[in-house]
Amino acid sequence: MATSFTLNGKPVSVTSESDTPLLWVIRDEIGLTGTKFGCGAALCGACTIHLDGKPVRSCQTPVSAAAGKKIATIESLSTDNSHPLQKAWIAHDVPQCGYCQSGQLMSASALLETNKNPSDADIDAAMSGNICRCGTYNRIRAAIKSAAADMRSKA
Amino acid sequence: MTITRRDFLKTSAVIGGGLTLGFAFPGAVSQANAAGTLHTPNAWVHIADDNTITLISARSEMGQGVYTALPMLIAEELGVDIRKIKVAIALPGAVYSNAMLGAQITGGSTSVREGWEKLRIAGAQVRMMLVSAAASKWGVAESTLRVDNGMVIGASGKRATFGSLAEAASGLPVPKEVVLKDPKNFKIVGKATRRLDTPVKVNGTAIYGIDVKLPGMVYASLEQCPVIGGTVVSFDATKAKAMPGVIAVVQIDDGVAVVANSYWRAKKAREALRVTWDEGAGAKLNNAVMMAGIRDAEKTSKIISIKKTGDSAMAMKGAAKTLKAEYRSQLLAHATLEPQNFTADYKDGKCLVIGSTQFQQGAQGQVAKALGLKTEDVTVQTTFIGGGFGRRLDVDFIVQAAQISKAVGQPVKLVWSREDDTTHDFYRPMALHRMAAGLDANGRPVALNFQLTSQSVTQRAFGLPKDTLDPFMAEAAVVGYDIPNMTQDLVIHDSGLRVGYWRSVSHALNAFANECFIDEMAVAAGKDSYAFRLSMLGSQPRFANVLKLAAERAGWTSPLPAGRFRGIALMEGYDTYMAQVAEISFSEDGLEVHRVVVAADTGYMVNPDTVEAQLQSSVVFGLSAVLGGQITLANGRVQQSNFHDYPVVRMSEMPQIDVILVASTEKPGGVGEPATALIGPAVANALFAATGKRVRTMPLSPENIKNA
Repeated sequence: MATSFTLNGKPVSVTSESDTPLLWVIRDEIGLTGTKFGCGAALCGACTIHLDGKPVRSCQTPVSAAAGKKIATIESLSTDNSHPLQKAWIAHDVPQCGYCQSGQLMSASALLETNKNPSDADIDAAMSGNICRCGTYNRIRAAIKSAAADMRSKA
Repeated sequence: MTITRRDFLKTSAVIGGGLTLGFAFPGAVSQANAAGTLHTPNAWVHIADDNTITLISARSEMGQGVYTALPMLIAEELGVDIRKIKVAIALPGAVYSNAMLGAQITGGSTSVREGWEKLRIAGAQVRMMLVSAAASKWGVAESTLRVDNGMVIGASGKRATFGSLAEAASGLPVPKEVVLKDPKNFKIVGKATRRLDTPVKVNGTAIYGIDVKLPGMVYASLEQCPVIGGTVVSFDATKAKAMPGVIAVVQIDDGVAVVANSYWRAKKAREALRVTWDEGAGAKLNNAVMMAGIRDAEKTSKIISIKKTGDSAMAMKGAAKTLKAEYRSQLLAHATLEPQNFTADYKDGKCLVIGSTQFQQGAQGQVAKALGLKTEDVTVQTTFIGGGFGRRLDVDFIVQAAQISKAVGQPVKLVWSREDDTTHDFYRPMALHRMAAGLDANGRPVALNFQLTSQSVTQRAFGLPKDTLDPFMAEAAVVGYDIPNMTQDLVIHDSGLRVGYWRSVSHALNAFANECFIDEMAVAAGKDSYAFRLSMLGSQPRFANVLKLAAERAGWTSPLPAGRFRGIALMEGYDTYMAQVAEISFSEDGLEVHRVVVAADTGYMVNPDTVEAQLQSSVVFGLSAVLGGQITLANGRVQQSNFHDYPVVRMSEMPQIDVILVASTEKPGGVGEPATALIGPAVANALFAATGKRVRTMPLSPENIKNA
């Protein structure tokens, strides 16, 4: 009962039961731990990944739903922190404990894929599924705007 | 520097079986300075032959920025580039004890305060030893040498790297006489410095407890009694054992653990367990019973004096006007975003535990005790922490992981679910405040009485004897206002539910009662609540300054747009003076906080950017509790389980937060917590301005507002 999909551009095949949440397949079977477990109920956004480019909560997405699809995790943004969002996160020194930030970045990158100049309301709508207990929201908002401006200037 | 250790907690109940209690009480904080001179500086600075310099943070990084701020203090005196060093979190060790708390603990907004002098001394000592080593090697006087960017440099331009001198330097005696830099000459400390841990936190490579992997590691999910404190009578694991990937089902002190070859398989199999519990005395608990117990204790338990000024009973009799009120604060969970988890590897009488903890020595001692090992046979490694807020001062989940590993003879990662985490916390205790005041004919306060009845975390966690003053309950009980007659009293009552230190601890409880009641006094006196406060701060310049700054920035004396209202609050906590003004609106849709102005005099700021971030963070953390966070019990069971019924502030509810930082050369104050305490009274006072209703029960939920 292997399931095959593309993870961060590379084909993978996994053997976890088909109802296993993608979160645990990615973390425990594949061993990529950037994607975090927070609530197990799609309430906090810490586990946000992209499924065919759309942000989904991997704790509530069974691995069967990934069959033949493209999955992207935080590790796909860049490993050298060259993605405009990573650069903006560093410039604004966004993270505190940092535990939610993989999910925040994946929600933000999905937003910027479809909206090159998000308003505050757009950011609220795209980001309110991601909890940050350290309350870094205002810096996240500023960093998203910086990254969007950076991406527009290079477009 | 004189060295006095008598006030330090030498061993704690958590570390071993016995207990010697010796908290550094407020006022004894200067003792904290001495620890750095007691020990070899190599405890703080590791220099490798290849010139890799590693600075040790003895405090856990849980978002508050110690991974950067503490190395900044060492690097300033050592003479290295903060961007070229590495940082490691310390293993357990007496040298790393927090002199303000008496053990290796990260909490109480103490990290920078406690390290402020001792880490600079440690850095200076190593610099002096390196210079001395170079002077011997080159046959020149030490006074002809200087240090820059990881090198010792001679008058002739001769250079040696720290790495090339480290071995010789390590053999030299630790200098006793250390002259620290004048802060005017600081190159690193006091400058806004980007956090050293940000790069690994934006690409998924930062390792938290939950990310730990050991060879041959298996996963555990633990079924605990739904009533905290309950014990296993029997269990049936037949179905669970037959499920895919299950390796073992084992009983430990706190419940029944399913061990499997993945977390998900362990968790699914756990759902198939059938456990019969003895729920114990806790099964009778609910919030009404607990509050009734508090009210009973007010009448029957010992009243402990925190402070007495003048004669408030006499003053109250002579007052032209008196008023009284009671305030109630709710139970709260910590809800760290990283659920509790730990990895343990028990083998041949030794145990390694790795994960997210605020209390290395507690982890070491409690694991040793539970497994019957010597303390030195337990090794504790600390990862990045996905939120602490006080929850990770407790080590229950670490002992559980160690017991499970011992039972199965394999390395085990125990991961709690969110539901486990919410229902098995150490909760911020419930509190009841009884307040009374007397005003003279001109509306000037002549008397203020404060009485807190609540539960002592310190009794539970550190064995503080019954009916003794718990200093953590007295926080912010005594206001800074010039009121001639005051009493501050405490009644300690054990409600039966386990309680824990929650960000800002009793500051949040006491500031809510004090600062809302001061507002009530202003109303009774017919005065503006800002002017009323300011009129009582003639001898308190640091209080008065932050109050004025916050009021000015918030435009206190200017009218607000229709539908907007303001509230103000003031407090000293952790040696930080702070005022907040909250701007809100209130409608059928509920309470919305639009803007918060924070003015803070935190003393000297080691990393001003982190100070700002921490103040903002603390406001948001407090706001979650103010707007609706609340734990309730029914038949001893915590009724909340996840973020749907224990809501926290999200992006869409986020107010604008303006932070005003006062430049100061006073010794540093704590910054990780005080702002959490003040947002409650600031918002509650604004709500009074909006509605004319004095809501004296936290949280400021629709229900509590309606019933006020």
